[in-house]
Amino acid sequence: MADAPGPDGTSAARVEITRDEVAHLADLARIDLSDAELDHLAPQLSVILESVASITGVAGEDVPPTSHALPMSNVMREDVVVPGLSAEQALSGAPASEQQRFSVPRILGDEQ
Amino acid sequence: MTETLLSFEESLERFDPAMGLEVHVELNTNSKMFCGCPTEFGAEPNTQVCPTCLGLPGAMPVVNRTGVESAIRIGLALNCRIAEWCRFARKNYFYPDMPKNFQTSQYDEPIAFEGFMDVDVDGETFRVEIERAHMEEDTGKSLHVGGATGRIHGADHSLVDYNRAGIPLIEIVTKPILGAREKAPQIAKAYVAQLRELIVALGVSDARMDQGSIRADVNLSLSPKGDGGLGTRTETKNVNSLRSVERAVRYEMQRHAAILAGGGSILQETRHWHEDTGITTSGREKSDAEDYRYFPEPDLVPVAPSREWVEELRGTLPENPTVKRARLQAEWGYSDLEMRDTVGAGALALVEQTIAAGASPQAARKWWLSELARRANDTETDIAALGVGPADVAAVQALVDAGTINDKLARQVFEGLYAGEGSPEEIVAARGLAIVSDDGALGAAVDSAIAANPDVADKIRDGKVAAAGALIGAVMKEMRGQADAGRVRELILEKLTPAG
Amino acid sequence: MIRHSAAELAAALEAGETTSVALTRACLDRIAEVDGSVHAFLHVDAEGALAQAEASDARRAAGETRGPLDGIPVAVKDVLATEGLPTTCGSRILEGWVPPYDATVVTRLREAGLPILGKTNMDEFAMGSSTEHSAYGPTRNPWDLDRIPGGSGGGSAAAVAAFEAPLAVGTDTGGSIRQPGAVTGTVGVKPTYGGVSRYGLVALANSLDQAGPVTRTVLDSALLHEVIGGHDPRDSTSIDQPLPALVEAARAGASGDLTGLRVGVVTELGGEGYQPGVLARFTEALDLLVEAGAEVVEVSCPTFVHALATYYLILPAEASSNLAKFDAMRYGLRTWPEGVESPSAEEVMRATRDAGFGDEVKRRIILGTYALSSGYYDAYYGQAQKVRTLISRDFAAAFEKADVLVSPTAPTTAFRLGEKLDDPIAMYLNDLATIPANLAGVPGISVPSGLADEDGLPAGFQVLAPALADDRLYRVGAALETLLAKKWGGPLLDRAHALAEEAAR
Repeated sequence: MADAPGPDGTSAARVEITRDEVAHLADLARIDLSDAELDHLAPQLSVILESVASITGVAGEDVPPTSHALPMSNVMREDVVVPGLSAEQALSGAPASEQQRFSVPRILGDEQ
Repeated sequence: MTETLLSFEESLERFDPAMGLEVHVELNTNSKMFCGCPTEFGAEPNTQVCPTCLGLPGAMPVVNRTGVESAIRIGLALNCRIAEWCRFARKNYFYPDMPKNFQTSQYDEPIAFEGFMDVDVDGETFRVEIERAHMEEDTGKSLHVGGATGRIHGADHSLVDYNRAGIPLIEIVTKPILGAREKAPQIAKAYVAQLRELIVALGVSDARMDQGSIRADVNLSLSPKGDGGLGTRTETKNVNSLRSVERAVRYEMQRHAAILAGGGSILQETRHWHEDTGITTSGREKSDAEDYRYFPEPDLVPVAPSREWVEELRGTLPENPTVKRARLQAEWGYSDLEMRDTVGAGALALVEQTIAAGASPQAARKWWLSELARRANDTETDIAALGVGPADVAAVQALVDAGTINDKLARQVFEGLYAGEGSPEEIVAARGLAIVSDDGALGAAVDSAIAANPDVADKIRDGKVAAAGALIGAVMKEMRGQADAGRVRELILEKLTPAG
Repeated sequence: MIRHSAAELAAALEAGETTSVALTRACLDRIAEVDGSVHAFLHVDAEGALAQAEASDARRAAGETRGPLDGIPVAVKDVLATEGLPTTCGSRILEGWVPPYDATVVTRLREAGLPILGKTNMDEFAMGSSTEHSAYGPTRNPWDLDRIPGGSGGGSAAAVAAFEAPLAVGTDTGGSIRQPGAVTGTVGVKPTYGGVSRYGLVALANSLDQAGPVTRTVLDSALLHEVIGGHDPRDSTSIDQPLPALVEAARAGASGDLTGLRVGVVTELGGEGYQPGVLARFTEALDLLVEAGAEVVEVSCPTFVHALATYYLILPAEASSNLAKFDAMRYGLRTWPEGVESPSAEEVMRATRDAGFGDEVKRRIILGTYALSSGYYDAYYGQAQKVRTLISRDFAAAFEKADVLVSPTAPTTAFRLGEKLDDPIAMYLNDLATIPANLAGVPGISVPSGLADEDGLPAGFQVLAPALADDRLYRVGAALETLLAKKWGGPLLDRAHALAEEAAR
């Protein structure tokens, strides 16, 4: 999918993302892209990817990742029940409901 | 639908099984893992939900401390190491019963890892290595409408209830279990049974397999005998009783063996266990689902249990099950075989509670391993889910001990309990099961038995007291088993022997 | 009346010179007058706002005023959940969705007695720098209606700049409060990450998002910041300690004395790519700070050159997962695929997400899906998280040498609508100077620095402070504001004539 960006991080290598790959990603993301959208998106994504791929190699092995700017840990709540929504509130935005449940189109696959 | 199976014996002649067990334990916390919603089983649909567990835009999770505590305690009880620092991760996949379309779980940083459990099978100990135990959340539940009998296939649409979404789960994953050979099915069952026992002892879950608070997935693969490698595995879901764990392993071994022996190859897939037919069927083929795009959950911060906290929790652990079993066996005076049968039936905790409720060890074992184990088998129900609990069993035995009923009548009391006719006392009263020891009623029955069996009566008169048994039998028959046998004997002897 | 700052209005309320109902009505009238041109609002809640204003007046009459901003109307970016008011995030996929709950920020606004005028326009799910990616049409810059108001929070900035509201709340993931502030001549603050609760803020990139004030003056921002900020147990990333004294810092700064302050100019945030007029105003502003007693030092943050790339990996990755919940099952749009008989849930999800998301959202979802997919995680998302560490280290080193860091807020003034719509990279470059603060979680403010000579449009001056030191933003921002107003003889917004001309036409 992508040429390995240069080890020095400057990434002279071209990163290209093909139409088929975009289609696969759209599939993973559950978006039905039309042919026209695929044609339009693939080159744009290649350009974006090429520019973001420049960070490869910028940080060495020894650099720890930062997921949150301010380091915190052990933020927990006590195991106490607090009032939530009524079923009516919960279902208020539902496109369809039945028997106090969210009505959804037939489900194809199995649970994971 | 019907698959070709190779016989179990032949399967083993040609292949070695490798097993992996993934057990999901639903914790019995008051509130959900990431929000304050209640966790009651069986509440009205969508009444235990809030913006967070419904995945409404903008809502955020906050970790339940007791959920983490339970996870650590389970980890410690499984001899695991407890992470000094770990995170939650998002497991991304789309499914209508999953409100956010990602499950908040743990990925490469589980809270507990590298443990083991020693499993007893036929008096031998088999060590099952635990790879990890991690925290995650449950999904909602779908009801499939239209089509045939509520099954997902052929349904017209589905109705989703998110009450269960967000309830804390601990997933316990074993390392591949190798070398189990013909004992693989038993080891699988014994592992889940013992794990369940452990969970009960920890008090962290309702541990009801029938309600799904313990769910087992069975991974199985075969490799050519002696090859030492790992074959392609299938993951069988929905294995919701101890008995099914054993059956599912056996079934998949035989199914794999038939395919491999026929030169075919195993499709890596999820399979579904059907309790009613005892087979597995193909579920989802794993295509894109493999790519879960895990990444650390940015709405949560790391969990870094202090060593002090971990030690404090270690102090709350119940007795080690192996040690406890030895202690109980000594206390109860059970033979090795009796103890093994009790454990094997998944009834150890039940027996213990029955004894605690006042029954003698032998009586408790007798009822659980005969009457109730038979019932569980006949109805394909988990022995813990028969609707008859330790208190009931102890109450029945108390009635026997008091002479109100005998063992035979007790079985009828159990029938009443299965049918939900009330407490043992109420059933005895309602069904009129109490033993009759009133001399008036018994005397008449004795007289008619003597009259109907003059030759037997003569023998007794001649001093052959042993012949009384026949007359007692006749009286019991007439009184539908409800006569006090001891008193009947006394009455017969009084009437027929001079000394009487 | 509508041109007064919130602090002035609060004083007028206090003095009994006006009422909250009068203020609220004036804002609603102004919205009715100009919002047809500006389109800052997606939803106006006249009835609700007036009811809240009445309640505020009643409290005041009873001597039960809840705080300094009780009765001052506010506009809320449509990315924050408001119970009973539509919340669309500028997206078709949430059209008509009315949340059954309030974001914590909104709860705090209500508790402090601020009538909520309505919800402001934004780029769809806050993805953009121009508000052109709103599914409901762009917002226009009150300085020039053919130009963008910045984004993603163009609606909040334009509402404040067009005097439709004295106060607004925005959110800033990579500059969405500060850059609109710069191009509309208003003040915008991105607080320290964790300083304002994100509960109820529809997440774009959870580790970067931060809600903050959008106002016309620095003091107003401090007042609003103190209302919405502070610890929230419902947001696990919320900082569990009291806010610094922000209003006090703003008042102190307004004296115009910055003696002893070390101001760091970041080499990497300026120069090439920056419009000359923007740089000229920046330099002038810097000179004023020196006159006020500040010492200027040059600092280098070498990894900032990677900030944009880092940002465009982290953001799409988190966003692709956040936006998965918009699947037509529980709320929002449900689109049935055409020509499919009895479609499955899966097919309805796909059709809905195609119909409901705009191009930019789809671009970023695909990009994020790619960055997280197996085999690419380490090279992209994982690497980006590491570069983030380096950027934080650069900040730490810079803050050793300087108390605050400064730069132009945005490289250019407002560009024309449509100009960069189909050139994502050009659009992304707008956030060059604002993104590093989000990656490191540090707070930042944009204060108007004047009008660029070449186009007569406003430019912004950005001040960044170390995490938790939001008070420094207010001190420096207020000082600069005071010094510039003295120089100009009044606030910059006095020179925004587009709307008056429009109205006169």
